[in-house]
Amino acid sequence: MSETFTIGISDMKVVKSTDSLVTYALGSCVGICLYDPVMKIGGLGHIMLPIYPVNNPKENLMRFADTCIPEMLSQMEKLGCNRRRITAKIAGGAKMFEVADDSSFGNIGQRNVAEVKNTLNRLQIRLCAEDTGLNYGRTVYFYTEDGRMVVKSFSNGIKTY
Amino acid sequence: MSIQRLEQLNEMHIDVLKEIGNIGAGNAATSLSKMLDTEVNMTTPVVKILDITDAANLLGGPENVVIGILSKLGGDIEGIMMFIIEQEFAKSVLTSLLGVQEVSCDRLTDMELSAISEIGNIMIAAYTGSIGTLSGMNLKTTVPAITVDMVGAILSVPAIEMGSVSDKIIFIEDDFLSGKDDVTANMLLVPSIESLNRLMEKLGIQL
Repeated sequence: MSETFTIGISDMKVVKSTDSLVTYALGSCVGICLYDPVMKIGGLGHIMLPIYPVNNPKENLMRFADTCIPEMLSQMEKLGCNRRRITAKIAGGAKMFEVADDSSFGNIGQRNVAEVKNTLNRLQIRLCAEDTGLNYGRTVYFYTEDGRMVVKSFSNGIKTY
Repeated sequence: MSIQRLEQLNEMHIDVLKEIGNIGAGNAATSLSKMLDTEVNMTTPVVKILDITDAANLLGGPENVVIGILSKLGGDIEGIMMFIIEQEFAKSVLTSLLGVQEVSCDRLTDMELSAISEIGNIMIAAYTGSIGTLSGMNLKTTVPAITVDMVGAILSVPAIEMGSVSDKIIFIEDDFLSGKDDVTANMLLVPSIESLNRLMEKLGIQL
């Protein structure tokens, strides 16, 4: 029996085939899918902000790109996944509103994506697909059976990566 | 003591916010009834401190498509105010304003978007005006930005943009009644923590 688990905001979960994961309505948040094709184990994280605030050490690790991804990787490695095989697919990081007199408003999406890539790079995880930026919300489905990421949006239909 | 996180707001703070909501909704009803040229009444607002996830569920689930109108606050209060309009509300407003019969929210024309923006502008001005009246603070707002998308994606914007330390937002829910229509207006307020403390202080609330 395969199950579908819902990942909330600032949340993360690692599951085995043939379970799947979904996170709804990413705006400027980023959804990160990590996958080991040999073990058929995958994780999905939903981060809100780029960097963990060191001056506020009681924060939820899953809220931030630079702490969520290492935590997900470590959980996968505990289940026997090998870092060299793990690949990443990411989606989200949109700019939902264009504020006329403030061009920097909404750049957090872009900063989230940049920090996700930076963290993946630091952990030597290869990014093999992304559906990021632009100005619309996305729902991400991630299937551990084959590592497929499906991105659904209101204005741009459904895309498979 | 000062407030560090929105979830620290107690009953007394919420009551003050409710009063802001009350006066704001009163202002809004007056402006709306002028604009729509019909009588508009409102019920007592409900003010809640909600998680983004709970707010999304309250608004039909994270994937429900709504219209968000957002304005950045400046002046004495830094923060974001956002007005969420459900598709039904948008349709009824566009019918009375522009006389359009068939409205499709996934393909709004520029004219329709600008009419809805104006409604959002009025609503946001009504509530910021109410904050100003009660606190004597001077609030500025940016020209509203509008988007049509999944409510979950829209709702996370204010908290993220304020670099918030929590997923909580101040949610003010008002029911507006006009003729046979009963529509719910959802106003979201995410002030910076410093501004929130300043506001409570100006309103004479012991923190």
